[in-house]
Order: sequence, then structure tokens, then C-alpha cells
Amino acid sequence: MTKDNMIQVQNLTKMFGDFTAVNNISFEVEKGEVFGFLGANGAGKTTAMKMLIGISKPTHGAATVAGYNVLTEAEQVKRNIGYMSQRFSLYNDLTIKENIVFFGGIYGLSSADIKEKSQAMINELGLHDMADSLVGSLPLGWKQKVAFSVALLHNPKIVFLDEPTGGVDPITRRQFWEMIYMEANRGVTIFVTTHYMDEAEYCDRVSIMVAGKIEALDTPKNLKRQFQVDSMNQVFLKLARNIE
Amino acid sequence: MNIIRYIIQKEFKQIFRNKAMLPIIFVLPLIQLIILSNAATFEVKNIKFAFVDNDKTSLSRELVEKFEASSYFNVMTDFPSEKLASKAMLEGKVDVILEIPSYFERQLLKNKKADLSVIINAIDGAAAGVENVYINQIVQQFTKKAQVELFLFNNLGNQPQNIETIPSFWYNETLNYKTFMVPGILVLLVTMITLFLSGMNIVREKEIGTLEQINVTPIKKYQFIIGKLFPFLVLGMVLLTVGLIISKMLFQIPIVGSLTLMYLYTIIYILVILGMGLFISNFTDTQQQAMFIAWFFMVIFILMSGLFTPIESMPQWAQLLTEFNPIKYYVEVMRMVMLKGAGLSDIYPQVLKTFLFAIAMNALAVISYKKTS
Repeated sequence: MTKDNMIQVQNLTKMFGDFTAVNNISFEVEKGEVFGFLGANGAGKTTAMKMLIGISKPTHGAATVAGYNVLTEAEQVKRNIGYMSQRFSLYNDLTIKENIVFFGGIYGLSSADIKEKSQAMINELGLHDMADSLVGSLPLGWKQKVAFSVALLHNPKIVFLDEPTGGVDPITRRQFWEMIYMEANRGVTIFVTTHYMDEAEYCDRVSIMVAGKIEALDTPKNLKRQFQVDSMNQVFLKLARNIE
Repeated sequence: MNIIRYIIQKEFKQIFRNKAMLPIIFVLPLIQLIILSNAATFEVKNIKFAFVDNDKTSLSRELVEKFEASSYFNVMTDFPSEKLASKAMLEGKVDVILEIPSYFERQLLKNKKADLSVIINAIDGAAAGVENVYINQIVQQFTKKAQVELFLFNNLGNQPQNIETIPSFWYNETLNYKTFMVPGILVLLVTMITLFLSGMNIVREKEIGTLEQINVTPIKKYQFIIGKLFPFLVLGMVLLTVGLIISKMLFQIPIVGSLTLMYLYTIIYILVILGMGLFISNFTDTQQQAMFIAWFFMVIFILMSGLFTPIESMPQWAQLLTEFNPIKYYVEVMRMVMLKGAGLSDIYPQVLKTFLFAIAMNALAVISYKKTS
């Protein structure tokens, strides 16, 4: 294991009864990398991600995240990661500010720290007029941007994003990816799942999961060369079709 | 400690922001208190009383007047025959028929003895029993008076000796039914609101998906649970306070015992209920499931609490089950402290058992709450 590997996964397996949701996967993610974790619905992406963030126990195999073992040091892992789930992860019946205070608070940030950070976040996102309106009243794209920023409140080393742009319009998606790049440039490692193949092109490296296994893992450029196609979309289709 | 504060703060904000829940939490229980306290009574009143007077003498009329004077009976007009009266009972227009035989007065004078026939609709056995007692009381008073009036002049030295019992009713001198019911109904309100709200609260976060987000934070189990349950403990206490004020002001229920003792016991009791709520929410995925399970326990606990039916008259096995019913202890404590002024030493067994339940229930809840799957 090199020192710069933020995520190190070895033979990770998760079984639900007889069904193998994640089948013996292994990979590494480097510090500051934007790692795309692709796969069709039901391929096992979310299950794999849940093991990495410490809320699901692996059946076999091992994984370390930010240098901590997900099985034995789950609480340390949680302290060092941010997570934004597919399902909306902020409280709709609280305002933007209240959400920031709450999540800052439960990560143990001081109230001065929370105040400063929420001010910075509101400035950065240009949310002055909306800071005191309920999150539930915001358009989806805004919600997701706020959720991403909240996931970064406690300066995590890695952020896990589970389909963060699902259902979001193209312009907001572009802005969202600009935010992702900004964080990656600050040295934050990004682990992102998506169904949008144009987003896959933005990633430094991409893995494609099919039926619980990782069938391809490389830079988008190399993958396209390997499969002799000119878009990630075609890589994905070719891979999924070959397996079937 | 700070982390718990942030959770409590958030819970209170959510509770007070929910415009639909707020009236459910505060207004509905109080309406229930007012309605149930007035309606849930075992007193038998307004008994529909029919009589068939075959004698038609001053004595028989005097007997009927006695019934008219009683507040328990609604005396209806004279039925010409027993047959017609029976028909009225069949139709549900009459609860009790008193038939005064012909020559009632003459028999009583001659033989110092006369028979009266009383027919009681006994579909509701308990009510029929009570009605029988009322009728007997009135008839006895009547005979005593009749004896004195009729025999005084010729039987001076031969007066019947009667033993009279003079009951004195302790703790509820006026036999006011509300005094008995209100403390128990207060128990129900505090229990229902805290159980349902706590049971559904965490499940709701499961449904929305925010619980997953919480589970990814380094928050400790105990911090989360204390933060989640504390607001409902406060709500329960507020509800008890409002309920006590209403009981005192609206129903003039005496509060003889120590309020401090009542509140301290209530804290322990609510901890039991909150532990149960949390336990339920750990094993359910939707608010609907949680609601049904909470309701299942609630119905059993209420019916076996001694609130509506005395535990002493339940079968042995059921009495054994009530030992595990926290509502039973709370009803007992509320009645004892509020009406009798019981002190800590009097309710010690209840306090101890409730305390053990609180520990057991919350331990189960904490153990079964999993941050990982």
C-alpha cells in the first residue's frame, strides 16, 4: 500500500443470503483523485459504497479508507469522510442555515467555526437570500449543491457522492462538477457514482461494475482505446452487452 | 455533550415547525381528557323506570313517589298492565318494571308483609346489579317508614330493631366518578403521545433517508438516542402539567399528594415509554408499521391497566401479565399520590419496578439500535 492511497480495497465481498451483491472487488484510489464508480442499476455500486463508509459490514475482504480499517475502525473512517446520498440527505423542514448548524454541530465543530463556515458557504454559493428559507422549498439542483457543501463542512479527506446529480438540469450539473473539481484541487479525494456518461469523462479514473464485479478500471482515455470506441457511453454499452 | 445539544435543538425546531403535528400533540389530548372524563363513567343513571300499580292506594302511590324523588330513576307513566310494560322493555323503552300487587296496602297492614315484583333488563349484567341495589335501598327505606307510620299507634313496644350502616367514603367523599377517572386518563394521554411520537420519530428519518446520513457521521449511539428522546420527555412533562391544571380547574380534582413526587415518578415512567418507542422504531421500516405495533401494545396495556376494569377481577394469568404493564403502575401511582396523598414509601414498589423497566427497556433499545447493517 502506497502512502498516498486514500482508499484501498481488497477482495471485498458482500452477500445477502445466497445473493452476492458485491463479488470480490479490489481497487485503490489515490489522494486528490476524482474516481468514477460506474455500473448499471443493481450492479452493486451502492452496496460497495456503503461498506466503504462504514454503515454496512463486508462479508469477506478488507478495505481501508483514509488509512482506517472500515471493519474495525468505522468511527475513525466516519470522522474523515463526507457523504452525500442518492436520497436527499438534508432536513427539508430546516432552513439552509439550520442544516449547516446541525451537521456542523454533530461533527463537533465549535460554534464560532460553524458561524464562519456557514457564512463562507453562503457567500460561495450566492445563497444570501435563501439562507433562511426551508431546504424543502429549494429547487433540486440547489439542494444538491448545499448538500455537497454540507458534506464538506468538517474538512473530510474523502467525499463519497452517490448519484449526486440524478434529476438535475445540465447547467446545474456543470456547476456541480465545477465544485467537485475545486475540492479535488484542494486535495480532497472524490469518490462518485453516476449514470451520466458525460460525467464519467470528467473523472480521472473510472471503474465499471457489472453484476457485482469490477469489469474495467482505467482512465476514460485508456478505456476508450481498449474498447476501440470514442465515448464512455459506448464503453459502458459494450461492456454491459458483452457480459450479457 | 455539545453534540447532544445540537440534536435536541434540531428536534425541537422540527416539532414546532410541523404545523400539522402541533395541534395533535397539544390540543387532541386535552379534548380527550375533557370528553373521556365526562363520558367514561360506570355510574348507572337515568334508569327508565316503569311501574304497574294494581293497588292504587295512598301507600302504593307513596312508594312510586319515592322512586320519583330519586335522581337515578326516570319514572315513566303508569302502565295499565304488566304485559304492556314487558312489551315496552322488549322495545328498549324501559329498564326496570316494578309491579305493585292488588291489596298491597291491605296485606302490609294485615300480615306486616307484602310482595313486590321487580323485573330488570339484565343484558348489561353489571348495570342490572347496580339497579337492583338502588331499588332495594328505596324499598327498604319505604318499608321502614311505612312500618313506623302504620304500626306506631298499636305496636309501640314492639318496634322492629334495625341495624343501620353508615358508610363514610374516604379519599373521594362525594363518590365523584371523575375524581377516580381523571388521574387515569391523564396517564393515557401522557403515554399515548410520548409512545407514538418517539416510536415514529426515528422511523420517519429512516423513511426520508436522513438516518443514513446520521449513521455516516461519527456521532455516538448514546448521543443520538439521548438527543432524540429528551425532547419527548419534555413534551410528556408539559402535557402532564397542562393536564393537571385542567383537572384542577375544570374538574376540581383534588391534588392531595406531592407534585414533586408525581413529576419525578413521571420522568422514570416516560423513560420506559420512550425506550419502548425507540425499540419499536428499531424493528420497523415505515411509520405505518411503527404505528400499528405501538397501537397493539397500547390497547393491551390500557385494557389491562386497571383503569377501566379492576385488576382483582381478572383471571390469575391475566393478573400475572399486568405485572409487566407500566401503565398499571402509573395509574396506581397517580391515583395514590393525587387522591390519597401517598408518599415515596407508599409507592416504593411501583417506583422500583418502573425503574427496572426503564433500565431494561432502554438497554434493549440501545442494543438493538444499529448504525451498521
